Amino acid sequence: MIADFLATPVGQFVFIVAAILAIMIPVLIGVAYLTYAERKVLAAMQLRKGPNVVGPFGLFQPFADAIKLMMKETVIPSGSNRLLFLMAPMLTFGLALIAWAVIPFGPGLVLADINVGVLYLFAISSLGVYGIIIAGWASNSKYAFLGALRSAAQMVSYEVSIGFVIITVLLCVGSLNLSRVVEAQRDLWFLIPLFPMFVVFFISALAETNRAPFDLPEGESEIVAGFFVEYSSMSFALFFLGEYANMILMSAMTTILFLGGWLPPFDVAPLNWVPGPIWFALKIALCLFVFLWVRATFPRYRYDQLMRLGWKVFLPLSLLWVALTSGALMLFGWLPSPA
Amino acid sequence: MDALLAEYFPILVFIGIAAAIAVAMVGASLVLARQNPDPEKLSAYECGFSPFDDARRKFDVRFYLVAILFIIFDLEVAFLFPWAVALAEIGWFGFASMMAFLGVLTVGFIYEWKKGALEWE
Repeated sequence: MIADFLATPVGQFVFIVAAILAIMIPVLIGVAYLTYAERKVLAAMQLRKGPNVVGPFGLFQPFADAIKLMMKETVIPSGSNRLLFLMAPMLTFGLALIAWAVIPFGPGLVLADINVGVLYLFAISSLGVYGIIIAGWASNSKYAFLGALRSAAQMVSYEVSIGFVIITVLLCVGSLNLSRVVEAQRDLWFLIPLFPMFVVFFISALAETNRAPFDLPEGESEIVAGFFVEYSSMSFALFFLGEYANMILMSAMTTILFLGGWLPPFDVAPLNWVPGPIWFALKIALCLFVFLWVRATFPRYRYDQLMRLGWKVFLPLSLLWVALTSGALMLFGWLPSPA
Repeated sequence: MDALLAEYFPILVFIGIAAAIAVAMVGASLVLARQNPDPEKLSAYECGFSPFDDARRKFDVRFYLVAILFIIFDLEVAFLFPWAVALAEIGWFGFASMMAFLGVLTVGFIYEWKKGALEWE
Protein backbone atom coordinates (compact mmCIF):
# COMPACT_ATOMS: atom_id res chain seq x y z
CA MET A 1 0.00 0.00 0.00
CA ILE A 2 2.63 2.51 1.07
CA ALA A 3 5.08 1.07 -1.44
CA ASP A 4 2.48 1.51 -4.21
CA PHE A 5 1.88 5.11 -3.21
CA LEU A 6 5.61 5.88 -3.17
CA ALA A 7 5.98 4.54 -6.70
CA THR A 8 3.58 7.16 -8.10
CA PRO A 9 4.97 10.60 -9.05
CA VAL A 10 2.97 12.27 -6.26
CA GLY A 11 4.27 9.69 -3.81
CA GLN A 12 7.84 10.35 -4.88
CA PHE A 13 7.32 14.06 -4.46
CA VAL A 14 5.90 13.56 -0.98
CA PHE A 15 8.87 11.31 -0.16
CA ILE A 16 11.32 13.99 -1.34
CA VAL A 17 9.59 16.68 0.72
CA ALA A 18 9.60 14.43 3.78
CA ALA A 19 13.31 13.70 3.28
CA ILE A 20 14.06 17.42 2.94
CA LEU A 21 12.17 18.20 6.15
CA ALA A 22 14.00 15.34 7.86
CA ILE A 23 17.25 17.15 7.01
CA MET A 24 16.12 20.72 7.50
CA ILE A 25 14.41 20.40 10.89
CA PRO A 26 17.39 18.77 12.65
CA VAL A 27 19.68 21.40 11.08
CA LEU A 28 17.46 24.24 12.34
CA ILE A 29 17.21 22.70 15.80
CA GLY A 30 20.99 22.27 15.69
CA VAL A 31 21.34 25.97 14.83
CA ALA A 32 19.06 26.95 17.73
CA TYR A 33 21.03 24.85 20.18
CA LEU A 34 24.35 26.00 18.78
CA THR A 35 23.49 29.53 19.89
CA TYR A 36 22.68 28.08 23.31
CA ALA A 37 25.85 25.97 23.35
CA GLU A 38 27.93 28.98 22.39
CA ARG A 39 26.63 31.00 25.31
CA LYS A 40 27.07 28.09 27.69
CA VAL A 41 30.61 27.27 26.49
CA LEU A 42 31.72 30.91 26.58
CA ALA A 43 30.19 31.25 30.02
CA ALA A 44 31.96 28.16 31.30
CA MET A 45 35.28 29.39 29.92
CA GLN A 46 34.78 32.76 31.61
CA LEU A 47 33.59 31.18 34.90
CA ARG A 48 30.02 32.41 34.47
CA LYS A 49 26.79 30.46 34.39
CA GLY A 50 25.33 31.46 31.04
CA PRO A 51 21.59 31.26 30.28
CA ASN A 52 19.92 29.32 33.10
CA VAL A 53 16.54 30.93 33.69
CA VAL A 54 14.24 29.91 30.81
CA GLY A 55 13.44 26.23 31.32
CA PRO A 56 15.69 23.61 32.94
CA PHE A 57 19.35 24.72 32.55
CA GLY A 58 18.07 27.51 30.30
CA LEU A 59 17.31 24.95 27.58
CA PHE A 60 14.34 26.94 26.23
CA GLN A 61 16.46 30.07 25.80
CA PRO A 62 16.79 29.74 21.96
CA PHE A 63 13.01 29.59 21.59
CA ALA A 64 12.52 32.56 23.89
CA ASP A 65 15.00 34.49 21.75
CA ALA A 66 13.23 33.46 18.55
CA ILE A 67 9.83 34.58 19.85
CA LYS A 68 11.29 37.87 21.05
CA LEU A 69 12.87 38.57 17.65
CA MET A 70 9.68 37.57 15.88
CA MET A 71 7.67 40.15 17.83
CA LYS A 72 10.04 43.06 17.11
CA GLU A 73 9.44 45.78 14.56
CA THR A 74 11.20 45.38 11.21
CA VAL A 75 13.01 48.67 10.64
CA ILE A 76 13.67 49.38 6.96
CA PRO A 77 15.91 52.48 6.74
CA SER A 78 14.52 55.29 4.60
CA GLY A 79 17.63 55.45 2.39
CA SER A 80 17.74 51.74 1.66
CA ASN A 81 16.77 49.71 -1.38
CA ARG A 82 13.79 48.03 0.24
CA LEU A 83 13.62 44.92 -1.90
CA LEU A 84 17.33 44.15 -1.75
CA PHE A 85 17.39 45.01 1.94
CA LEU A 86 14.80 42.34 2.71
CA MET A 87 16.21 39.87 0.20
CA ALA A 88 19.77 39.77 1.56
CA PRO A 89 19.04 37.95 4.84
CA MET A 90 16.76 35.50 3.06
CA LEU A 91 19.54 34.76 0.60
CA THR A 92 22.12 34.21 3.35
CA PHE A 93 19.78 31.93 5.27
CA GLY A 94 18.57 30.04 2.21
CA LEU A 95 22.09 29.36 0.95
CA ALA A 96 23.18 28.10 4.37
CA LEU A 97 20.33 25.58 4.19
CA ILE A 98 20.42 24.36 0.60
CA ALA A 99 24.04 23.21 0.86
CA TRP A 100 22.73 20.39 3.07
CA ALA A 101 21.02 18.78 0.08
CA VAL A 102 24.20 16.91 -0.88
CA ILE A 103 25.68 16.11 2.56
CA PRO A 104 25.87 12.35 3.16
CA PHE A 105 24.81 11.50 6.72
CA GLY A 106 25.55 7.81 6.45
CA PRO A 107 26.09 5.11 3.82
CA GLY A 108 23.41 5.89 1.22
CA LEU A 109 21.77 8.44 3.53
CA VAL A 110 21.91 11.42 1.20
CA LEU A 111 19.16 13.41 -0.44
CA ALA A 112 20.84 14.13 -3.77
CA ASP A 113 23.80 11.82 -4.43
CA ILE A 114 25.13 13.94 -7.29
CA ASN A 115 28.57 13.10 -8.62
CA VAL A 116 29.75 16.72 -8.38
CA GLY A 117 28.89 17.09 -4.68
CA VAL A 118 32.16 18.77 -3.73
CA LEU A 119 31.77 21.29 -6.52
CA TYR A 120 28.17 22.00 -5.45
CA LEU A 121 29.29 22.69 -1.87
CA PHE A 122 32.13 24.91 -3.08
CA ALA A 123 29.76 26.85 -5.32
CA ILE A 124 27.09 27.34 -2.64
CA SER A 125 29.61 28.47 -0.06
CA SER A 126 31.02 30.94 -2.61
CA LEU A 127 27.57 32.44 -3.13
CA GLY A 128 27.38 33.30 0.58
CA VAL A 129 29.29 36.50 -0.07
CA TYR A 130 26.37 37.88 -2.09
CA GLY A 131 24.02 38.02 0.89
CA ILE A 132 26.56 40.07 2.80
CA ILE A 133 27.49 42.47 0.03
CA ILE A 134 23.84 43.02 -0.91
CA ALA A 135 23.03 43.74 2.74
CA GLY A 136 25.89 46.23 3.03
CA TRP A 137 24.95 47.98 -0.18
CA ALA A 138 21.19 48.05 0.32
CA SER A 139 21.39 49.41 3.88
CA ASN A 140 22.93 52.69 2.65
CA SER A 141 24.76 53.09 5.93
CA LYS A 142 28.49 53.74 6.27
CA TYR A 143 29.15 51.04 8.82
CA ALA A 144 27.20 48.50 6.85
CA PHE A 145 29.07 49.42 3.68
CA LEU A 146 32.50 49.15 5.33
CA GLY A 147 31.54 45.88 6.98
CA ALA A 148 30.33 44.42 3.70
CA LEU A 149 33.52 45.44 1.86
CA ARG A 150 35.73 43.92 4.54
CA SER A 151 33.67 40.81 4.67
CA ALA A 152 33.64 40.29 0.92
CA ALA A 153 37.41 40.76 0.65
CA GLN A 154 38.00 38.42 3.56
CA MET A 155 35.70 35.70 2.31
CA VAL A 156 37.10 35.64 -1.21
CA SER A 157 40.67 35.65 0.11
CA TYR A 158 40.17 32.53 2.17
CA GLU A 159 38.03 30.85 -0.44
CA VAL A 160 41.08 30.51 -2.67
CA SER A 161 42.95 28.48 -0.08
CA ILE A 162 39.83 26.43 0.67
CA GLY A 163 39.72 25.63 -3.05
CA PHE A 164 43.32 24.39 -3.08
CA VAL A 165 42.76 22.32 0.06
CA ILE A 166 39.75 20.67 -1.55
CA ILE A 167 41.90 19.90 -4.59
CA THR A 168 44.46 18.05 -2.45
CA VAL A 169 41.66 15.92 -0.99
CA LEU A 170 40.25 15.26 -4.47
CA LEU A 171 43.64 14.08 -5.65
CA CYS A 172 43.52 11.37 -2.98
CA VAL A 173 39.92 10.40 -3.80
CA GLY A 174 39.66 10.68 -7.58
CA SER A 175 35.96 11.62 -7.42
CA LEU A 176 33.80 14.63 -6.66
CA ASN A 177 31.10 12.51 -5.02
CA LEU A 178 30.92 13.19 -1.27
CA SER A 179 30.03 9.60 -0.38
CA ARG A 180 33.12 8.42 -2.24
CA VAL A 181 35.21 11.03 -0.42
CA VAL A 182 34.10 9.44 2.85
CA GLU A 183 34.55 5.87 1.61
CA ALA A 184 38.10 6.69 0.51
CA GLN A 185 38.94 7.32 4.17
CA ARG A 186 37.94 3.86 5.37
CA ASP A 187 41.54 2.83 6.04
CA LEU A 188 43.04 6.18 6.97
CA TRP A 189 41.37 9.52 7.61
CA PHE A 190 42.81 12.31 5.48
CA LEU A 191 43.45 14.14 8.75
CA ILE A 192 46.70 12.19 9.09
CA PRO A 193 48.38 12.35 5.66
CA LEU A 194 47.07 15.86 4.91
CA PHE A 195 47.39 17.31 8.41
CA PRO A 196 48.76 20.74 7.32
CA MET A 197 45.86 21.09 4.89
CA PHE A 198 43.42 20.22 7.66
CA VAL A 199 44.80 23.10 9.72
CA VAL A 200 44.61 25.48 6.73
CA PHE A 201 41.06 24.35 5.99
CA PHE A 202 39.84 24.76 9.54
CA ILE A 203 41.34 28.25 9.95
CA SER A 204 39.96 29.25 6.54
CA ALA A 205 36.57 27.96 7.66
CA LEU A 206 36.75 30.32 10.62
CA ALA A 207 37.50 33.20 8.25
CA GLU A 208 34.85 32.09 5.75
CA THR A 209 32.11 32.11 8.39
CA ASN A 210 33.31 35.47 9.82
CA ARG A 211 34.01 33.91 13.18
CA ALA A 212 36.46 35.04 15.84
CA PRO A 213 39.38 35.66 15.56
CA PHE A 214 38.44 36.79 12.02
CA ASP A 215 35.20 38.57 12.93
CA LEU A 216 36.34 41.94 11.55
CA PRO A 217 33.26 42.31 9.33
CA GLU A 218 31.19 42.40 12.50
CA GLY A 219 33.73 44.12 14.74
CA GLU A 220 31.26 45.14 17.47
CA SER A 221 33.81 47.44 19.05
CA GLU A 222 34.68 49.43 15.89
CA ILE A 223 32.06 49.19 13.14
CA VAL A 224 29.13 48.27 15.41
CA ALA A 225 28.22 44.88 13.88
CA GLY A 226 29.21 45.79 10.31
CA PHE A 227 27.00 44.74 7.45
CA PHE A 228 23.91 43.99 9.53
CA VAL A 229 23.92 47.13 11.66
CA GLU A 230 20.62 48.33 10.13
CA TYR A 231 18.80 45.02 10.53
CA SER A 232 16.26 44.24 13.18
CA SER A 233 13.65 41.64 14.01
CA MET A 234 13.42 38.51 11.84
CA SER A 235 15.62 39.88 9.06
CA PHE A 236 18.40 40.18 11.66
CA ALA A 237 17.58 36.73 12.98
CA LEU A 238 17.95 35.24 9.50
CA PHE A 239 21.52 36.59 9.25
CA PHE A 240 22.23 35.21 12.67
CA LEU A 241 20.77 31.80 11.86
CA GLY A 242 22.55 31.81 8.50
CA GLU A 243 25.90 32.42 10.18
CA TYR A 244 25.36 29.56 12.61
CA ALA A 245 24.04 27.25 9.92
CA ASN A 246 27.20 28.04 7.96
CA MET A 247 29.30 27.12 10.97
CA ILE A 248 27.58 23.75 11.16
CA LEU A 249 28.00 23.34 7.40
CA MET A 250 31.73 24.11 7.51
CA SER A 251 32.09 21.64 10.38
CA ALA A 252 30.27 19.05 8.29
CA MET A 253 32.63 19.76 5.37
CA THR A 254 35.65 19.40 7.66
CA THR A 255 34.22 16.12 8.89
CA ILE A 256 33.59 14.79 5.40
CA LEU A 257 36.89 15.91 3.91
CA PHE A 258 39.24 15.09 6.78
CA LEU A 259 37.57 13.27 9.67
CA GLY A 260 36.08 10.35 7.79
CA GLY A 261 32.43 11.48 7.68
CA TRP A 262 30.17 8.80 9.16
CA LEU A 263 32.99 6.24 9.64
CA PRO A 264 33.92 5.20 13.20
CA PRO A 265 37.48 6.08 14.29
CA PHE A 266 38.44 2.39 14.34
CA ASP A 267 36.51 -0.38 12.64
CA VAL A 268 36.34 -2.56 15.80
CA ALA A 269 33.46 -4.09 17.75
CA PRO A 270 31.98 -1.52 20.14
CA LEU A 271 32.73 1.43 17.87
CA ASN A 272 31.18 0.15 14.65
CA TRP A 273 27.91 -0.76 16.40
CA VAL A 274 27.16 2.96 16.65
CA PRO A 275 25.23 4.05 13.53
CA GLY A 276 27.00 6.29 11.00
CA PRO A 277 24.85 9.40 11.43
CA ILE A 278 25.67 9.43 15.15
CA TRP A 279 29.41 9.43 14.42
CA PHE A 280 28.84 12.16 11.86
CA ALA A 281 26.95 14.30 14.39
CA LEU A 282 29.56 13.70 17.09
CA LYS A 283 32.39 14.79 14.80
CA ILE A 284 30.45 17.91 13.77
CA ALA A 285 29.84 18.71 17.43
CA LEU A 286 33.56 18.34 18.13
CA CYS A 287 34.42 20.78 15.30
CA LEU A 288 31.79 23.23 16.55
CA PHE A 289 33.22 23.07 20.04
CA VAL A 290 36.60 24.07 18.61
CA PHE A 291 34.88 27.00 16.83
CA LEU A 292 33.54 28.20 20.20
CA TRP A 293 36.77 27.46 22.03
CA VAL A 294 38.69 29.58 19.52
CA ARG A 295 36.26 32.43 20.04
CA ALA A 296 36.78 32.30 23.81
CA THR A 297 40.57 32.18 23.45
CA PHE A 298 41.90 34.43 20.68
CA PRO A 299 41.76 38.22 20.29
CA ARG A 300 40.58 39.66 16.99
CA TYR A 301 43.05 39.91 14.09
CA ARG A 302 43.99 43.23 12.52
CA TYR A 303 42.90 43.62 8.90
CA ASP A 304 46.43 43.65 7.45
CA GLN A 305 47.30 40.54 9.48
CA LEU A 306 44.20 38.82 8.18
CA MET A 307 45.05 39.57 4.57
CA ARG A 308 48.69 38.62 5.06
CA LEU A 309 47.72 35.26 6.54
CA GLY A 310 45.33 34.55 3.67
CA TRP A 311 47.40 35.65 0.70
CA LYS A 312 51.01 35.29 1.88
CA VAL A 313 50.84 32.20 4.06
CA PHE A 314 47.84 30.01 3.21
CA LEU A 315 47.80 30.56 -0.53
CA PRO A 316 51.48 29.66 -1.19
CA LEU A 317 51.33 26.82 1.34
CA SER A 318 48.21 25.22 -0.12
CA LEU A 319 49.45 25.73 -3.69
CA LEU A 320 52.72 24.03 -2.78
CA TRP A 321 50.83 21.21 -1.13
CA VAL A 322 48.76 20.60 -4.26
CA ALA A 323 51.99 20.23 -6.24
CA LEU A 324 53.61 18.03 -3.58
CA THR A 325 50.58 15.77 -3.13
CA SER A 326 50.03 15.27 -6.83
CA GLY A 327 53.76 14.69 -7.36
CA ALA A 328 53.97 12.14 -4.55
CA LEU A 329 50.84 10.31 -5.73
CA MET A 330 52.19 10.15 -9.29
CA LEU A 331 55.67 9.09 -8.21
CA PHE A 332 54.59 6.24 -5.94
CA GLY A 333 51.63 5.20 -8.12
CA TRP A 334 49.15 5.80 -5.28
CA LEU A 335 46.61 7.58 -7.44
CA PRO A 336 43.09 6.19 -7.08
CA SER A 337 42.12 4.14 -10.11
CA PRO A 338 39.65 5.81 -12.50
CA ALA A 339 36.03 5.01 -11.69
CA MET B 1 18.05 12.96 -18.87
CA ASP B 2 15.75 11.13 -16.45
CA ALA B 3 18.67 10.07 -14.27
CA LEU B 4 19.97 13.64 -14.24
CA LEU B 5 16.53 14.94 -13.29
CA ALA B 6 16.17 12.34 -10.55
CA GLU B 7 19.50 13.45 -9.09
CA TYR B 8 18.92 17.19 -9.22
CA PHE B 9 15.17 17.47 -8.69
CA PRO B 10 15.44 17.08 -4.86
CA ILE B 11 17.89 20.00 -4.82
CA LEU B 12 15.37 22.13 -6.70
CA VAL B 13 12.63 21.24 -4.20
CA PHE B 14 15.08 21.91 -1.38
CA ILE B 15 15.77 25.41 -2.75
CA GLY B 16 12.03 26.03 -2.99
CA ILE B 17 11.37 24.96 0.61
CA ALA B 18 14.35 26.94 1.97
CA ALA B 19 13.15 30.08 0.16
CA ALA B 20 9.59 29.54 1.42
CA ILE B 21 10.78 29.20 5.03
CA ALA B 22 12.91 32.36 4.76
CA VAL B 23 10.07 34.40 3.25
CA ALA B 24 7.58 33.00 5.78
CA MET B 25 9.78 33.94 8.73
CA VAL B 26 10.26 37.56 7.64
CA GLY B 27 6.63 37.81 6.50
CA ALA B 28 5.28 36.43 9.80
CA SER B 29 7.31 38.95 11.74
CA LEU B 30 6.05 41.79 9.52
CA VAL B 31 2.48 40.71 10.17
CA LEU B 32 2.72 39.78 13.86
CA ALA B 33 4.85 42.61 15.20
CA ARG B 34 3.52 46.14 15.62
CA GLN B 35 5.10 48.40 12.99
CA ASN B 36 5.51 51.96 14.19
CA PRO B 37 8.07 53.75 12.00
CA ASP B 38 9.10 57.37 12.37
CA PRO B 39 11.71 59.42 10.42
CA GLU B 40 14.32 59.31 13.18
CA LYS B 41 14.01 55.58 13.59
CA LEU B 42 14.39 55.03 9.85
CA SER B 43 17.52 57.14 9.40
CA ALA B 44 20.86 55.36 9.02
CA TYR B 45 22.69 54.57 12.26
CA GLU B 46 25.77 56.72 12.80
CA CYS B 47 26.30 56.49 16.55
CA GLY B 48 23.70 59.17 17.34
CA PHE B 49 24.69 61.76 14.71
CA SER B 50 22.35 62.60 11.88
CA PRO B 51 23.75 60.94 8.76
CA PHE B 52 25.47 63.70 6.80
CA ASP B 53 26.08 62.26 3.34
CA ASP B 54 25.42 59.24 1.20
CA ALA B 55 27.07 56.03 2.37
CA ARG B 56 27.93 54.89 -1.16
CA ARG B 57 31.19 56.69 -1.45
CA LYS B 58 34.72 56.11 -2.69
CA PHE B 59 36.46 53.16 -1.10
CA ASP B 60 39.98 51.82 -1.00
CA VAL B 61 41.23 50.52 -4.35
CA ARG B 62 42.82 47.55 -2.60
CA PHE B 63 39.43 45.89 -2.22
CA TYR B 64 39.15 46.01 -6.00
CA LEU B 65 42.64 44.55 -6.33
CA VAL B 66 41.72 41.68 -4.03
CA ALA B 67 38.65 40.98 -6.16
CA ILE B 68 40.79 40.76 -9.31
CA LEU B 69 43.37 38.50 -7.68
CA PHE B 70 40.53 36.33 -6.41
CA ILE B 71 39.16 35.88 -9.92
CA ILE B 72 42.55 34.73 -11.20
CA PHE B 73 43.11 32.20 -8.44
CA ASP B 74 39.55 30.98 -8.31
CA LEU B 75 39.67 30.27 -12.03
CA GLU B 76 42.87 28.36 -11.39
CA VAL B 77 41.02 26.26 -8.81
CA ALA B 78 38.24 25.70 -11.34
CA PHE B 79 40.83 24.33 -13.80
CA LEU B 80 42.31 22.11 -11.09
CA PHE B 81 39.00 20.37 -10.26
CA PRO B 82 38.74 18.23 -13.42
CA TRP B 83 42.49 17.77 -13.48
CA ALA B 84 42.56 16.39 -9.92
CA VAL B 85 39.81 13.88 -10.68
CA ALA B 86 41.31 12.73 -13.99
CA LEU B 87 44.99 12.68 -12.99
CA ALA B 88 45.21 8.87 -13.00
CA GLU B 89 44.09 8.78 -16.63
CA ILE B 90 46.12 11.65 -18.04
CA GLY B 91 49.38 10.50 -16.44
CA TRP B 92 52.71 12.28 -16.48
CA PHE B 93 51.84 14.44 -19.47
CA GLY B 94 48.79 15.87 -17.71
CA PHE B 95 50.78 16.31 -14.53
CA ALA B 96 53.59 18.20 -16.31
CA SER B 97 51.13 20.45 -18.18
CA MET B 98 49.40 21.48 -14.99
CA MET B 99 52.71 22.06 -13.21
CA ALA B 100 53.80 24.34 -16.07
CA PHE B 101 50.49 26.22 -15.75
CA LEU B 102 50.89 26.53 -11.98
CA GLY B 103 54.49 27.67 -12.53
CA VAL B 104 53.37 30.52 -14.78
CA LEU B 105 50.80 31.59 -12.21
CA THR B 106 53.37 31.39 -9.44
CA VAL B 107 55.63 33.75 -11.38
CA GLY B 108 52.71 36.17 -11.62
CA PHE B 109 52.02 35.72 -7.93
CA ILE B 110 55.66 36.51 -7.01
CA TYR B 111 55.51 39.59 -9.25
CA GLU B 112 52.40 40.97 -7.56
CA TRP B 113 53.86 40.17 -4.14
CA LYS B 114 57.04 42.14 -4.97
CA LYS B 115 54.93 44.96 -6.44
CA GLY B 116 53.21 45.30 -3.06
CA ALA B 117 49.72 44.36 -4.25
CA LEU B 118 49.28 42.25 -1.13
CA GLU B 119 50.31 44.96 1.33
CA TRP B 120 47.62 46.34 3.64
CA GLU B 121 49.73 48.64 5.80
